[in-house]
This record gives sequence, C-alpha cells and structure tokens, in this order.
Amino acid sequence: MTGAAAIIIALVQLVLFVFLAPVLIGVIRQVRARLEGRAGSGIWQPWRDVRKLLAKNPVRAADSSWMLAAGPVTLLVSSLLLCALLPLVGTLPLPLIPSDLFVIVSVMLIGVVALALVGLDAGTAFGGMGSSRHMTVAALVEPTLLLAVYALSIPAGTSTLSLIVETRLENPAVIISPVSLLAMVALAIAIMAETSRLPVDNPSTHLELTMLHEAMVLEASGRDLAWLELGSWLKLAALLGLLANLIVPWGIVTDFSVLGVLVGVGTVTVKILLLGVVLSVGEVFLAKARLFRVPELLAGSFALGLLAVTASYLVA
Amino acid sequence: MTALEAGMLGQTLLLVVAVAAALLTPTSWRSRVSGTLCTLLAAAGIVTGAIALSGGTGSLTIPTALPMDPLVLSPDRLGGLVMVVVSVVGVLASLFGIGSARVASASRAAWLSMAVFLYGMQLVPAATDVVSFLLFWEIMTLGSTALLLAHHATRGTVASALVWYSAMSQLSFFFVLAGFAMLAGLAGGTGFADLATIDPYSWQASVAFLLLLLGFGGKAELVPLHVWVPRVLPEAPGHVAAAMSGAMVNIGVYGALLVLVRLLPNGPAWWGVLIMVLGGVSALYGILQASVASNLKVLLAYSTTENMGLVFLGLGASVLLRADNATAAADAALVAALLLMLSHAAFKSTLFLGAGAVARAAGEMNLDRLGGLGSRMPWTGAAFGVAAMGAAALPVTSGFVAEWMLLQALIHGSRVDGEVVSVTASVAMPLAVAVIALTAGLALLTFVKAYGIAFLARPRSQKAKLAGEVPLIMRIPLVLGALLVVVLGLLPGPLAMAVGSAVGPEFAPDVRTIGLAGVDARGIDAVLDPTTFVVLAGLLLLPVLIALFISARRPPVRTSPLPWAGGGSRLRPRMQYTATSYAEPLVRVFDDVLRPSRDVEVTHVGESRYLVERVHVEQTVSDVVETRLYRPVLNLLQRFGILARRAQNGSIHRYLSYSFVALLTVLIVVSL
Repeated sequence: MTGAAAIIIALVQLVLFVFLAPVLIGVIRQVRARLEGRAGSGIWQPWRDVRKLLAKNPVRAADSSWMLAAGPVTLLVSSLLLCALLPLVGTLPLPLIPSDLFVIVSVMLIGVVALALVGLDAGTAFGGMGSSRHMTVAALVEPTLLLAVYALSIPAGTSTLSLIVETRLENPAVIISPVSLLAMVALAIAIMAETSRLPVDNPSTHLELTMLHEAMVLEASGRDLAWLELGSWLKLAALLGLLANLIVPWGIVTDFSVLGVLVGVGTVTVKILLLGVVLSVGEVFLAKARLFRVPELLAGSFALGLLAVTASYLVA
Repeated sequence: MTALEAGMLGQTLLLVVAVAAALLTPTSWRSRVSGTLCTLLAAAGIVTGAIALSGGTGSLTIPTALPMDPLVLSPDRLGGLVMVVVSVVGVLASLFGIGSARVASASRAAWLSMAVFLYGMQLVPAATDVVSFLLFWEIMTLGSTALLLAHHATRGTVASALVWYSAMSQLSFFFVLAGFAMLAGLAGGTGFADLATIDPYSWQASVAFLLLLLGFGGKAELVPLHVWVPRVLPEAPGHVAAAMSGAMVNIGVYGALLVLVRLLPNGPAWWGVLIMVLGGVSALYGILQASVASNLKVLLAYSTTENMGLVFLGLGASVLLRADNATAAADAALVAALLLMLSHAAFKSTLFLGAGAVARAAGEMNLDRLGGLGSRMPWTGAAFGVAAMGAAALPVTSGFVAEWMLLQALIHGSRVDGEVVSVTASVAMPLAVAVIALTAGLALLTFVKAYGIAFLARPRSQKAKLAGEVPLIMRIPLVLGALLVVVLGLLPGPLAMAVGSAVGPEFAPDVRTIGLAGVDARGIDAVLDPTTFVVLAGLLLLPVLIALFISARRPPVRTSPLPWAGGGSRLRPRMQYTATSYAEPLVRVFDDVLRPSRDVEVTHVGESRYLVERVHVEQTVSDVVETRLYRPVLNLLQRFGILARRAQNGSIHRYLSYSFVALLTVLIVVSL
C-alpha cells in the first residue's frame, strides 16, 4: 500500500516539476528583469522556448558522435530521476530505492558528466572550455555537498533524505540548531555551484570569461538544446525544492491522502517559487566570482560542512 | 584427491605445457598457441578459486630438502576469492594478448614469462605458510620483470623503468620478508596458523605490521612506494599492463587482508588510523596526478594508486571501527574494501586493454593527439566508456556500488546506538568522507577527460584520423570486461554475501539480498537495488523517447561540417581543447601540490613587439614524491658510490691487502 502511494507521489512530483521548472526559470528571469528596470518577457517564456525548440530538428557537426544526441537525453533522465526520488511533495520512500543521499548525488553526477561530454563532443574550443571548467567546479563541489548532507544525516541517524525531512518535521528544534544552520549554508553554496548560478557561473551571459554552462550548450540546437535546457531547469527546481523542504518542511505529505497531496503540491510550489524570487533578488546584487576564486568559495563552504559534522559528534 | 587439489595440479600442469609451448612453437603460431594456453591456465585458476570460495578443501604439499616444514598450498575462501579475481583478469589479458602481441611481446621470453607471472599470482593466495607465500610472491615478481624485460630490445626507456621496477619490488619483498620473519620468530613456526596466535598488541606485532604494510602497500602501488607505476605501466603493452594493474595489485591487497583479517585481527586503533592516512593520501595524490596526466597509460597507472588508496582507506576504517567496537560498520567497511578491489580489477583491466587497442590502432598514447576514436572504433569506445564510468563510480556500475557501501559504512561508523564511539573516529570518518568525495569528483573529471578527449570530437592528428577498429579476438575481452563492470554493479546483494562468506564468519556483515539482486546491509541500515533503479530510469526514458519519436518525424537531422563553430570560422581540429588544456584549471587550483614547470617561448615577427609569429608552451608535471623523497636518497647513494669507488682501483696488491686485513680482523675478533 505504501509502495503504491509512493509511486503515485513520485508521479505527481514528476508531472508537477516538469510543469513547474520552466515557470520557475521564468519567474527568476522576470524578477531579475523588473529589478534591473526591464520589462522582461513574462514568466511563460521558457515554456514557449522549449516548445519551439522541441519542434526543431538539430543541426549537428559532421564529426560529432552519438554523444551529441544521447547526452541531452541522459541529462534529462537524470534530472527526472532526481524529481522522482527526492522528497519534494511527499516523504514516502519508493520500495527498494529509498532517497539515499549518495545515490541522489550520483544520479546528479550522471547529468553533470553527460553535459560535459556534450560540450567536448562539439569539437570546438568553447565547448571544451566550458566542459573543463564545469568538471573542475563539479569535482571541487562534491566534498562540500557530501559533507553537508552527512551533517544533516546525523540527527536522523540515516542517509535517507525522506527520513531526514521527516525528522526535521517532527522535531523543528533540529532545523535551527547551529550544526544544521552551518550545514544548510554549506549545502546552499554547493547547490548554487552545482546548478551554475551566481557567483560561480553567470547564467545570462555569453562572454568567454564568464561562461560555464552556456559554453557547453553553445553548439547544441533544436531538440538537443531543449532537452539540455529542460534537464538543467529540472535539476535547479528539484534541488531548490530539497533545500526548501529542509528549511521549511511543513506541508510535505507523510501519510498518503488526496487532500494531503494537493496541499503538498501547493506548498512545494509556493516554497520553490519563493526561493526562486529570493535567488533572483540575491543574484542582482552579486557579481560573478573570477573562476580561480571559486575554489576559495568552495573551500569556505567545505570548512563549514566539516565543522558541522565534527561539531555534531563532539559538541552535541 | 579433492576437486581443489585437482584444480591446483591442473594449474601446475598447464603452466608446464604453456612454458613448453612458448619455447617450442614457431613464431607465426606462438601468440595463438601460447595465448590460448595462458587463457586456459587462467581459466583453471577461476575454477580452482571458485571451488575454494565455495568452501572446497584440499591441500598440495611440496616436500623440501631444507630443515623446515613442508610447503603446503591450500587456499581458504578468501584466497579463493582473490584467485578468482586474479584469474578472471588473467583470462581477459591472455585473450587480448593473442591478438595484440606482436614482435617483442610475442617472443618466447614474453609468453613464457606471461605464463609464469599468471601462475605465480594465482598461487600466492593458496599459500598457508610464510615460505610458500614468499616463493610464489617472487615467482610472480620475476615473471612480471621478465615479461617487461622482453621489450627491452625495442625501446630504450624500458631499461630505466625496469630498474625502478626491480628495485621497488625487491624493496617490497624485503619489507614483507622482514615482517614475516619477525612474526615467525615470535610464533616459533612459519605456518599462518602459528602466526595467528600472536597477540596484536605486542610491540613486535606492531613492528611486523609496519613492515608488512610497507611491503604490501608497495605492491598495491600506494604513495610513497608508487614511483615505479607511472614509469613501468606505460612501457608495458596493453595486456601486460592490464594483468599488472588489474591483477597484481590485488595480491598486495590480499597480503594486507591476510595480516588484518587472518594473522593479526583486532589490532589496535592506531593501525587503522595509519592505514587510513596512507590510503587517503594515496587516493588523493593518485587521482590528482591522473587528472593532469596527458598520456593515457600514465593516467590509468596513477588512477590505480587512487583506487588502491580507497581500498586501504576502507581496510583502515574497518580496523579503526573494530577497535572502537562499532562492529557492524567495521564489517561493512571491510566488505566495501573488497568490493572496491573486485570492481577495480574489472574496470582497470578493461581500461588498460582499451588503451592497448588505441595504441595499436592509432600508435599514440598522448591524449593531446587523439580524438574522434569513438566513431572509428565503436566497440573499443563503448567498452572503454563503460569501464570509465566504473572508474568514475557512476551508477549503476560496480565502482558505484563499492563506493556507496564504503560511504555508508563511514557515516554509520561514528555512532553506535546514538553514542559517539571515539574522538578519533568522529574526526577520521568525516575527513575520510571528504577525501572520498574529492577523489570521486576528481575521478569524474579524469575519466570525462580520458574518454571525451580520446573518443569524442574531432581527431587531433593524422594517426588518430586513420585509426580503425581492432580485430575480433581483441574486442571479445574488451566487451567481456565491460560487461563485468555492469554485471558486478547490478548484483551487489549476492556479491556482498559472497565476499562476506570469504572473509569468515567473525567478520561477515549482516547483509542479505533484496529485490532482484539488491543489497540490504541491515547492520548499517542501508538499502540499494540497482536493478529497480535501472527499471525506473527506463520508465522515465519512455516518455522522452516518445516525444523524441514524435518530433523526429519532421525532416531529417542535418549535419554540417561545423554548424556554429563556436561563433568563429575556419576552426581547425588543433584548436579544440586538449587533455592538457582540460586539466589546466585544476593544475592552477592545486598548484602547490603538483608544482608544474611551465615554459613559454614567444617568437615575435621581425622587430614588432606586438605581432607574434609563434608561441611554444611546454608544461610538465613531475612526481613530487619522486623529486622530493627519492632523488635526495638516490643522490646520497650515488655520492657514497663515488666515494666507495676510490677503494676499488683495480690494483691486485690493494685487494690482497684488503683480504689480509679482513683475515686479521676475523682472527682478532675470534680470539677475543
């Protein structure tokens, strides 16, 4: 019974996030545009872009291999897996595959690798540059990411994310404990870097000096590009959803009921969009850090993560 | 005679036949005949090992004329497991060798020593006493040295690599010998059963442990004893490198397991910390060097140091946690270390075979001159890609499952029932998690680079452009190896149970199989079923494929030579990112550790300071351990040698007077 309920919730999460992710990007862009004094293109523009791109056949380089076709689909599937596995609408674990944080990180890394290979396969200097920078950042983010979730896992005594969220729901004091705050800051920085946002990457420029993500997708076109964009957006939405549920777990479904699922859908939508607005406002006031300053930022967040873990053993 | 005894006799018989065949068959047939016999020898090892792993008993006794116990060969379950792993790699390497061995690597000496090498590796885990262990250890080392020596005729660089290899393997042997001698002296016997009675908390046991750790660590390519690896493996042909890096390192791990599980179990906590430090440093240093390497084989060689570092990190964590009474996590860490060893054997041998195939097809190991091989060598490319995923620990390969298990063991290790087990553990475990995470991240970059630069994009040289797929006999082991990487990743449950039974009842973790072949480690409360995972991914792929199908009904996909060309024009293949440029940001970030030397030479056009005719950039990353640790020692030795030369001037009078003085000294000492 819980198995069936978990599958229904996973389906709801998938449908919701495929719909929500482009809207989230639309909201982020629109808020940013308004703050910068531009009219903006409306929150539905990303949806219109995806629809337009999906209807177009890609133009691929003659020397490129199957990777240019398979990579974007792989990225999309890895992001969809994230949406199905993470506790976003509900915390009911799928049978046999709980939302184990190490598994989640590895699923995300499949997408990272697929994107990096797509960048290389184009056979241009830009693609290689983006791929190289992207992988360097990904390599340096991983210790932070794992330590942050490790710190979060200690109070719950398990590395299963849905149980971690449930623990925080039952015992809200955990959320504002110093250890949890340190871990959340470290996690937030890691997620910013992982999803190519400021100050690690500037998602809205095409300048050689600043590009990470954009450099890799420069050669992609048509539906290849649509998959890549949708995949990246889904990843951002899912990770923001996780962050939101860790900070404010209320509203998430722990026991299956139709009304509960509706409430869960509503709250997670509001949480993600709010977090998107906060992200957008924050980004207006941030400049992109120089690429070789990024390791310093990540080292800082790594130190926070390590502090959080050791503190929870030795102080608590 | 039991099945196990028959198996070991069969191996010995096949060795004799293989040696005879290598000597007697004509050149045109030698690779086929000897390669087949080596394959059979390795297959016999698989059978024997499987019998031992499933609990078969039996022993071969080799009588000696020396005044000591007879040599007894009788592999236990753990020995059987290692024998199976080594032999599977042996089968892959021998099959590949049939097709790939040419000229020097198809000589009599090469095939003869290949058979001896395989035989030595298979029987080290069968030894039940110190003397037979050391005997087969040396047979293995000699076999591999002679195997490398067979290439001496064709390449000059082999000689210097061999000197390093011989020196380092004899150093390893010396440490192992000294460690075992210490234990044997303490126990009063050379049998492993005698040695197991020693108290691990005595100081002699600790000294012996240190010596053995250095010895086995050297064979397992750990820092700082790894210096031979990046010299030797690039010189070896693909199948030899696969056998050395995929199989021989496991013997080093087996040695460490023998000490930590059989001879001196339940050692003090500081042993665990020491092993963890050694493993952690090796993992980080190995993968950093691998990530900046441009030569494919050097990259793979350093990555072996990384993987063995992770194995030892797991072993060390298991010792530390056992000393802290966190038994469930300790058992899981031990199993994780063994799973890492298994998966490393599968993916590393496939990767080295892939490198061998590339070397044959393109005649080039420098990644900066490769590219576009994926479409030219689809089978090799696919196999290498799968194995690279294993090396980068991506789901659902064997590497992922093993690393997942290790991480789970570590995060559940610091607490038992909500109580912190020790301060050491609560600092060591987070640091170990961080080390594994950074290692995994860099491994990801390394193998994206290795696969992406070599197999994707456009060829960077004429040789790479003209490369073609290798013959069928070389593709078979490649594909088999890649399949192993995936299958081992899909069956963590049965695998963990087999490994658990191999280490023995007192170390076996509480694991069972769930779902199709998933693993449920109840002791540490962790569940993973890769099969369900693949099914879920497949289900999610369906709607995407349907959407793809609908949108692909429009006019066909267009290809153009370079559709966007990064916004430029006349983009030449040489303008692509190379392996060196790919690792450039990383070299900058880890400047302090890697200490690269850069040489930039700018030639200007005529008198102009602004117009540049050509720029020559050279960057070399040397091995810091070698330049900082070994060079000073070697220089000191050399200076001593120059001093000692003065005593040797070739004059017969001087030597006679030396003998006279020596005789006098002896007489005086005796009379005292």
